[in-house]
Amino acid sequence: MTALLETRGVWQRFGGLVANSDVSISVGRGEIVGLIGPNGAGKSTLFNLIAGVLPPTQGSIWFDGEDVTKMPAAERCQRGVGRTFQVVKSFETMSVIDNVIVGALVRNTVMREARRKAHEVLEFTGLAARADVLASDLVPAEKRRLEVARALATEPKLLLLDEVLTGLTPTEAQTGVALVRKVRETGITVLMVEHVMEIVMPLVDRAIVLDLGKVLVEGKPADVVRDPKVISAYLGDRHAQSA
Amino acid sequence: MDKSFTERRRRELLVAASLAVAAALVPLFVKNPNVQNIMILTLMFGALSQSWNILSGYCGQISLGHALYFGLGAYVTTLLFVKFGVLPWFGMIAGGIFCALIAMALGYPCFRLGGHYFAIATIVIAEIGLLLIQNWEWAGAALGIEMPVRGDSWLKFQFARSKLPYFYFALALACVAWFVTWWLEDSKWGYWWRAVKDNPDAAQSLGVVVFDSKMGAAAVSAFLVAVGGSFYAMYVSYIDPGSVMGFQFSLLMALPAVLGGIGTLWGPLLGAVILIPLTELTRSYIGGSGRGVDLIVYGTLIVLIALARPEGLIGLFSRKGATR
Repeated sequence: MTALLETRGVWQRFGGLVANSDVSISVGRGEIVGLIGPNGAGKSTLFNLIAGVLPPTQGSIWFDGEDVTKMPAAERCQRGVGRTFQVVKSFETMSVIDNVIVGALVRNTVMREARRKAHEVLEFTGLAARADVLASDLVPAEKRRLEVARALATEPKLLLLDEVLTGLTPTEAQTGVALVRKVRETGITVLMVEHVMEIVMPLVDRAIVLDLGKVLVEGKPADVVRDPKVISAYLGDRHAQSA
Repeated sequence: MDKSFTERRRRELLVAASLAVAAALVPLFVKNPNVQNIMILTLMFGALSQSWNILSGYCGQISLGHALYFGLGAYVTTLLFVKFGVLPWFGMIAGGIFCALIAMALGYPCFRLGGHYFAIATIVIAEIGLLLIQNWEWAGAALGIEMPVRGDSWLKFQFARSKLPYFYFALALACVAWFVTWWLEDSKWGYWWRAVKDNPDAAQSLGVVVFDSKMGAAAVSAFLVAVGGSFYAMYVSYIDPGSVMGFQFSLLMALPAVLGGIGTLWGPLLGAVILIPLTELTRSYIGGSGRGVDLIVYGTLIVLIALARPEGLIGLFSRKGATR
């Protein structure tokens, strides 16, 4: 079977800045893949290209056997791409349940069913008790979880998680990890951008390391963390030699 | 939790129905035509503000040019009646559809503008519309057109002797505008609109087609406002560009919603009930020679509200009400 997601020779230039150069990655069905790399490596850009926020300058993106390079974000969501935002973008004046209903409406046209689906997702993500609270009243960790809940309500085939575990307390991060595991068990493919290596590595099947807009290394998490190229990208050359 | 939601929706309907019945009984006790006039205008502006609220409150696209649709609705109905003998009832629908189409045609370029630029564009477009009508000879230019009086008739929606038919029509209009809002609130469109208002990027990522949402809101909003304009033309039976398409109408549609609670179900009606009588009274008692005192009064009111309770007066009633 073909990969669920594939980028083929993707380039993204912002004026003179090359954010992604010739990035070709693929994510198989049911996989959980980590996209890592130091600051400014081009992770978020690649992420936005996959989600359809902007079209790549060059190259193509394939999802579920279809060329989606020029497809707008809303349509990609209908095809089965769900995403969260690094800087949370809750619908602040709406209640938690209403936030999730917006997502649930992608696959449910009858309001009653969309509402039921939203309750189900809140149950799944552990936000059920907060259903009627305004999104603006949630604490940061809950807002992160709401991002995931909303995306899950769209019933995605591929879930793109943009640093959902970053900036949380260790306990919160642990609950977050548990949630990602649970999501994966339902058969949803996950591609996650993450900063904190020690959190991502035990979680993912495969890690892709970006550096300076290019794919640096790709492989099993255990191998990736020992790779001298990765160490030098994160910590500088001196550390790579001693490893 | 689901049950409480259904219950709340049902309760809202019940409250609205009771209020409508109560309002319908008022003219039995209030016979003074001046007071009746104020009640008619209050209901009309309540309905208009409720319609404005759909685009600007729920969908967050602040329009300060809704006078365009109000005026065009009035003109379409009047012109069809005077020039072609089309009954106002049909003229009303024609005006509504015409304005919905105009709103979408204007929305096509304008909805690409973000934030304040959209609001500015709506002001400019409404002013252009006003200028065009003022210079259009066939439509009476700056002098306007008069509705020929042909005696009381439901068919022609003309009543010289009593204001009651106008009152009940205005009440019906307010009920329709409220009900449409209520119904849309718990529909795909309602959720899409609020999502678009709060965060278009996130909305898009959840499958919301932002552009279509805005177009839909604009069309519904313009349709209802145009019907209101048609009604106003029949009510005053003489229209000229300034008296139906002036900027003050754009304000009078926005202010009740802002005062009562923008983007809420009850806000526009609540705002209209306070603002319109106040406007009319200040105009008749202290207005007179110095125009604009009424504007000063509710300008002050808006400033006070913005400072003390930005979510609108509806926030006084319940914390929850403010969020809907």
